[in-house]
Amino acid sequence: MATVTKSYRQNNSAYWLYLFPGLIGFVLVVGIPFLMNIGISFTKWRGIRMPTFIGLENYERLITDGAFWMSLQHTLFFVVAMAVVPTIISLIVASVLFDYVSARFGQQMSSFFRAGYYLPQILPISVAGVLWGWILNPHGVLNLILDATGLGALSSNWLGDQTLAIYSLGFVMVWLQIGYSLVIFMAGLARVDPALYEAAELDGAGAAQRFWYVTIPMLRPEIFVIGLTTTIAALKVFAPVYVMTNGGPDNATLVPSFFSYYHFFSTVRIGYGAAIATAQTAITIVLALIFLWVQARQTEEAAHD
Amino acid sequence: MTDQVLSALSAPGTSAGLNVPRHRRGVLRWWVLALLIAFLAFMLAPIFLALNNALKSAADYATNGPLALPTSLDFTGVVGFWDYVDFPKKLWNSLLLSACAALFGVALSLFNAYAIGIGRIKGGRVMLVILLLGIMIPQESLVYPLYYIAKSVGIYDSLFSVIIIFTVLQSIFGTYLLSAVLTSFPREILEAARVDGANRWQILWYVITPILRPTLAVLATFYFIWTWNEFLIPLVLLISNTNQTVSVALGNLSGQYVSQPTITAAASLLGILPTVIFFLIFQRTLTKGVVVGAVK
Repeated sequence: MATVTKSYRQNNSAYWLYLFPGLIGFVLVVGIPFLMNIGISFTKWRGIRMPTFIGLENYERLITDGAFWMSLQHTLFFVVAMAVVPTIISLIVASVLFDYVSARFGQQMSSFFRAGYYLPQILPISVAGVLWGWILNPHGVLNLILDATGLGALSSNWLGDQTLAIYSLGFVMVWLQIGYSLVIFMAGLARVDPALYEAAELDGAGAAQRFWYVTIPMLRPEIFVIGLTTTIAALKVFAPVYVMTNGGPDNATLVPSFFSYYHFFSTVRIGYGAAIATAQTAITIVLALIFLWVQARQTEEAAHD
Repeated sequence: MTDQVLSALSAPGTSAGLNVPRHRRGVLRWWVLALLIAFLAFMLAPIFLALNNALKSAADYATNGPLALPTSLDFTGVVGFWDYVDFPKKLWNSLLLSACAALFGVALSLFNAYAIGIGRIKGGRVMLVILLLGIMIPQESLVYPLYYIAKSVGIYDSLFSVIIIFTVLQSIFGTYLLSAVLTSFPREILEAARVDGANRWQILWYVITPILRPTLAVLATFYFIWTWNEFLIPLVLLISNTNQTVSVALGNLSGQYVSQPTITAAASLLGILPTVIFFLIFQRTLTKGVVVGAVK
């Protein structure tokens, strides 16, 4: 018996060979840079010569920096624009497609709509940014259309206006994100027996009741996965801000990612940029852990039911 | 659970729905269809606008506006942007980067998962947790050190460095996914192969890889598209024109052509086209993959 265990263990350790390249890669590309970034955040560094250690000074500055708090507020806004609004819209659209269109117009019709709504999701975000920047600029397509249809009074500087800019960005993110959650919800609904809907309908449940009592409970796992992934994505928003507004006008669309990029490569206050990035990482990880914890509890409760 | 739902639904007072006359329902369905079509038009409008205006002359745009169809097909905008940014070069860079990251990323994921899922090496679980944290780390907190390291070892501004970075970053997700798959891989198959005299490498290559092929194809597709769409790290590491990717070339346009709307439309169109083509090519694996991802 002892020899068997021993040979088994030897066997096991030979598998380390397969982990070796991945481990080295992870340490070089994620581990070391991550620790370096934390280290840099305790220093003052202009990128040349040696960094000087200044302890927590960057963090002290950070918590009194109005721009940082503003960027966090905008992050919260992006969570709404990327996780909350698209999820609600695509829940409704998915259940209409599944419960109504499939039943009355056939499966193909609903697949057609699904593919169409999904299309924006495949664009690189920088491309979407250029596209919408072109539509929303002061002499852009939207204002031209408004002028042409007699609604000229509504035309605005969508991305250059202090209050409008963030809403314009949020709108673009909703447009981008709908396809993602829609496709996952449709895939989840494929699991559901259509007979369940028919039975509910025969029992007199209206569309709203079927949505609330059948669709939502059925899609709970998907709603969690989408909530988690889109919230994390919202905390990292960079490209749309970089391409469409550059954080402006006057920080009105500043987000942490852009804020740290700005300090790394524009003001070259690398220590401060690293502190911003570290704070952002901490927030992301804490939020994700809370999410996973809630999810674990929910699944446990569901198992007990 | 199902019974509960149904009994909740059949509570008295909720049966009004059945009494809706047939013809009203008949009208309603067209309203629903009209709404869905309107929503589809809204979702696709920006893409249509790019297509419509990329193919008309600047004069045509100025006189007839963005909504009118082109009076005649004009490729000045498309050709102008194509030549100005040396688009074929950008396409090639993006293709090379995404294909390498996809291929190497899948190989690396498979190796990692083989050690963790089949080899059950010590500390495998801990490693998965660390990897999961690795997925959550925003690239912003890696980008400056990566930039600094790349500069100091002399691989700054080369596709090579970006390929290595994305191979590793993408492989995290796949390691996680494949480890879960391989942990529940039927042990009898492995045992049978071992009895037949297959060594570890042969088991991986001749037994596991063929069985996992559909999943690996999905992973490669994801990696390809994710890498194609990456922005921050290529933006920082690929500074010279000849090394930039499509994403970065587009992103750096911002506002440059405000006075030449047809060129911006052409740029958007050229940015959109490759992904639409990939989408059509990969559609089958992708739909399957989304299902895999959702069930997981």
